[in-house]
Amino acid sequence: MADEVKTLSSQLAQDPDSLVFLRLGELLRQKGQFDAAHRVALTGLERHPHLADAHDLYARILADKRDYERAFDEWDMTLRIAPSHVGALKGLAFLYFKVGDVGQALAHLETARQHAPDDPGVAQALALAQGGGSGAARAAAAAAEELAPTAGAAAPLEEARVFAGLEGAQEGLLLLDAKGQVLGGALKDPHGRDVTDAVAAYLAGVSHEAARTAKLLGLGRWTGVAAEGQHGHVHLTPPAGDALLLVVRDRAVPMGRLAIIAQRAAGAARRWLEQQA
Amino acid sequence: MTAAPAYGPALDLVTRVRGVRGAMLVSGDDGIVVAEQLMEGIKGAAVAALASSLAARLRRAMEAAGLGASLFWQLQCDQGGLLVVPAPSGILIVAVAEPDVNVGLVRLELLRAAEAVG
Repeated sequence: MADEVKTLSSQLAQDPDSLVFLRLGELLRQKGQFDAAHRVALTGLERHPHLADAHDLYARILADKRDYERAFDEWDMTLRIAPSHVGALKGLAFLYFKVGDVGQALAHLETARQHAPDDPGVAQALALAQGGGSGAARAAAAAAEELAPTAGAAAPLEEARVFAGLEGAQEGLLLLDAKGQVLGGALKDPHGRDVTDAVAAYLAGVSHEAARTAKLLGLGRWTGVAAEGQHGHVHLTPPAGDALLLVVRDRAVPMGRLAIIAQRAAGAARRWLEQQA
Repeated sequence: MTAAPAYGPALDLVTRVRGVRGAMLVSGDDGIVVAEQLMEGIKGAAVAALASSLAARLRRAMEAAGLGASLFWQLQCDQGGLLVVPAPSGILIVAVAEPDVNVGLVRLELLRAAEAVG
């Protein structure tokens, strides 16, 4: 773990704008180095003030330090940026349980369950809070314990996750191979339904056709496909080889910003694909 | 450059933008060229077929993702791009552009052409 901190610190020093601070901050947090984690998260937030995951990381560190009021503000900000951010919904549910507002806590947990039906932490906390056999207060305390974002209880970020730490990694980013098989990420429609496999199937072969079109027109290498829809925007990028990266955002996100998000995600995807080679 | 008389003015809207190398109306269903105003050397029929195929894949993927119909899309390349707007009738308005083209302006003219084509 110490080596990993060193590696990530070095990567961050080389590219201060990279999102590696998310992994470094989380790692330091897990090691209990809250002050160092705090510094990394704050510096990252200064560079990426609109990144939901950065606010979520900072909130968890604040919660670790028992600064619940500011943690609340940060999770609240996370939800303003990404209304379906499960980490923030769980964090706020935890804080509501702590202050005894079980109704609000349950409402946040229910929302979290809609967006992440397979999250065992959410299911367990809901079961504990709704069980209530041993009294409402004890049930709420048990649920809060389940949700507590303590460093020891936190699940480590998986190195293998292609888009670990990137905004929208589980709802608006998708990495596919040329045959439309999903390599990483996930996609949800505006109603929260998982549409990953359907979209992946329709996009099979796009990379090949885009390359053929570019060649036929003598336009060199294709670098992306940007598309406007009635309810959202899409950006497709070839991160490496025949792989295809899809980034989806609602219409509130301008196409130019979407291109920047796609560029960052393509960098993460490229690194991951290189590691797998 | 050739274009059916009725579609000429719609294509003119697009081709008059500086940096546009040509424009086409393509049947979205089968990828056949309906009308074209292309510079020499651009293989209209082949480009139309590929543009139609790409448009169909994007349309299905975007509908599956709950994003609704595609209003405009752009294939970005090192040395230019292909810009496409589907008209309500299913015809695709396609522009082939150089790298330094004003994409916003081409998009606007494509949308106007789509309105004219119907």
